Amino acid sequence: MRFDQRHLLGIEALRPDEITTLLDLADKYVTLNRSRNKRSGILSGLTQVNMFFENSTRTQASFELAGKRLGADVMSMAMAASSIKKGETLVDTALTLNAMHPDLLVVRHPNSGAVDLLSQKVNCAVINAGDGRHEHPTQALLDALTIRRAKGRLHRLTVAICGDIAHSRVARSNLLLLHKMENRVRLIGPPTLMPAGIEAFGVEVYHDMAEGLRDADVVMMLRLQKERMDGGFIPSEREYFYRYGLDAEKLALARDDAIVMHPGPMNRGVEIDGTIADDINRSVIQEQVEMGVAVRMAAMDLLSRNLRARPTEVMA
Amino acid sequence: MRPVLIENARLIDPEGDRVFAASVLMEKGVIAEIAEGDGPAPEGLRDRAPAEARIDANGRFLAPGIVDIGVKVCEPGERHKESYKTAGAAAAAGGVTTMVTRPDTDPVIDTPEALEFIRRRAQEAAPVRVLPMAALTKGRAGSEMTEIGFLMDAGAVAFTDCDRVIRDTRVLGRAMTYARSLGALVIGHPQEPGLSAGAAATSGKFASLRGLPAVSPMAERMGLDRDIALIEMTGVRYHADQITTARALPALERAKANGFDVTAGTSMHHLTLNELDVADYRTFFKVKPPLRAEEDRQAVIEAVRSGLIDVISSMHTPQDEESKRLPFEEAASGAVGLETLLPVLLRLYHSGDLDLPTLFRALSLNPSRRLALETGRMARGAPADLMLFDADKPLILDRFKLRSKSKNTPFDNARLQGRVLATFVGGKQVFAA
Repeated sequence: MRFDQRHLLGIEALRPDEITTLLDLADKYVTLNRSRNKRSGILSGLTQVNMFFENSTRTQASFELAGKRLGADVMSMAMAASSIKKGETLVDTALTLNAMHPDLLVVRHPNSGAVDLLSQKVNCAVINAGDGRHEHPTQALLDALTIRRAKGRLHRLTVAICGDIAHSRVARSNLLLLHKMENRVRLIGPPTLMPAGIEAFGVEVYHDMAEGLRDADVVMMLRLQKERMDGGFIPSEREYFYRYGLDAEKLALARDDAIVMHPGPMNRGVEIDGTIADDINRSVIQEQVEMGVAVRMAAMDLLSRNLRARPTEVMA
Repeated sequence: MRPVLIENARLIDPEGDRVFAASVLMEKGVIAEIAEGDGPAPEGLRDRAPAEARIDANGRFLAPGIVDIGVKVCEPGERHKESYKTAGAAAAAGGVTTMVTRPDTDPVIDTPEALEFIRRRAQEAAPVRVLPMAALTKGRAGSEMTEIGFLMDAGAVAFTDCDRVIRDTRVLGRAMTYARSLGALVIGHPQEPGLSAGAAATSGKFASLRGLPAVSPMAERMGLDRDIALIEMTGVRYHADQITTARALPALERAKANGFDVTAGTSMHHLTLNELDVADYRTFFKVKPPLRAEEDRQAVIEAVRSGLIDVISSMHTPQDEESKRLPFEEAASGAVGLETLLPVLLRLYHSGDLDLPTLFRALSLNPSRRLALETGRMARGAPADLMLFDADKPLILDRFKLRSKSKNTPFDNARLQGRVLATFVGGKQVFAA
């Protein structure tokens, strides 16, 4: 079992065996989280700071809960309303925070690469909680854990990712991870929401949803952001739902035992029909949320082990 | 000014397309004599220069000084990034004997008075020649043309709104028509502004992987096609500042074949780097237009070799640490290049892509011709703007040793070969290594 990362900035840097290590550990935390006493002391004495430069409810709550269950001192900063608005640069914010000696820094930022930049300026372990359109590694890991538990394996599956691929960090991290674990990845969406050069990633691109869903084991729906709905990228919400929304008819083309996933929050009736989202035989959307806490616990656990293994500055 | 004799050099003659052993006598600001042959100069030449004014080149290269079109000196407005003094020192150390400066300062160089100010500053502070360009439209706002006639009288050598594309075709068409009547050179930035808005990278696999907003290379072709149509309409003298994509080259070729008065440049960065060099969001590699795919780089090298692309520039753009130490999308574009231009481009010489006469046609001769200057030639009677360099000397670049105030070079720690040993402007030595 090895996990050699100092930070968790993206799936791109992870080896397949590191992914497996993390998921195996996350499985144990699922068990812990389901027991009455959910407390572990593995992060006790460590300080975790959550910096969200972009609003988030569920991811921030998930990281907070994960840190608290592992016994860390957790502080969440709503950066959207703080000194960054007063003109302080990201690097200065990082340096200021670094001087307070956090051990784990969880960062979400609207610019691709911003978390990378920040990680170069601090001494602690940094977890990327989503940067621009680049990566959202813990989301991909929790999706992987959900798939592995539902399907019994995380290889040789056909996974269809549908929706706004171009602007989605979730799609990027997921396709990198699924690729590393040797799955077949299909991307489905209108051409205006497909990033350029995506074929070069070794994925299959479909603009017709029916074709793309055929015999899929996993159907992963992405959230369509409101600001993209009005004529810029797609003509309208209703045309989008007609062509790319997931309903029972389209889902019937996938395998009978196909599972349906969504990173949330959902737009019912835009990308997914409400009855499918609520169908406990197909939808694993609630499990995804549960796995989220476990995966983040596992990630922080592994990073903190590497953190403790490094020589620390001597305290006077 | 006393004469200077450079003996035992290998001369690069971009006009004659050859490299040959010779000695050169500089007198009264011009190249007075060229004596072909190895070793010391003939006695007749030696007699004309005192012993202390003779330089033994030891077989090193002597070339016409570089004429760099599109240098940004941040005066007025951002002197903390670069001044005429620091840019001038960097130019001299880089073998750049003429800086053709950009008007995209703050305020914009769009009046004869502003032009007069920078000419004065340049004369006081810079040891090399400085030829200013002026904006084509007032404030580079793309709505009203500048006083092209007065600006030419004040010394503007070309007119450009730099990287701000004039969207309104009617405005650009009129400015070109007016410029044509005065014989003014218009420099365009071929880019379709709707497509390139907000872009930080070239679209493709790499930009998608990094999640960066990107522009299709086709935007350059579209911008060039539009400008070429306007050139045909107006008959203006036109130079494209940077052609960086394979897709744009056939359009350029057709325009030249049609006999339009068109030339094109490219930048040192697009010739030597590609999009993958950005790696983990390294902002010193953020330039405008963004770095391209390797196939584009290869195509642009080939276009320089064939002469389709006429000019290579450093596109020297100083940026301070603060404006680069930001997330990639928000970081400023541009890189300094005056001092690194030669060693970086010599990579193409050492790799066998470009020979030295071709390189100096693009660096010295063609830009001089385009601006109707006497420089850029290795010939008797030409201005004695020369650079002596060692093409092989290895170095590891340390950006903090650059003379520019700003240190934003993508070649920090790069292994390079080539070093400028001496630079002469009008026969006067302005730099010695």
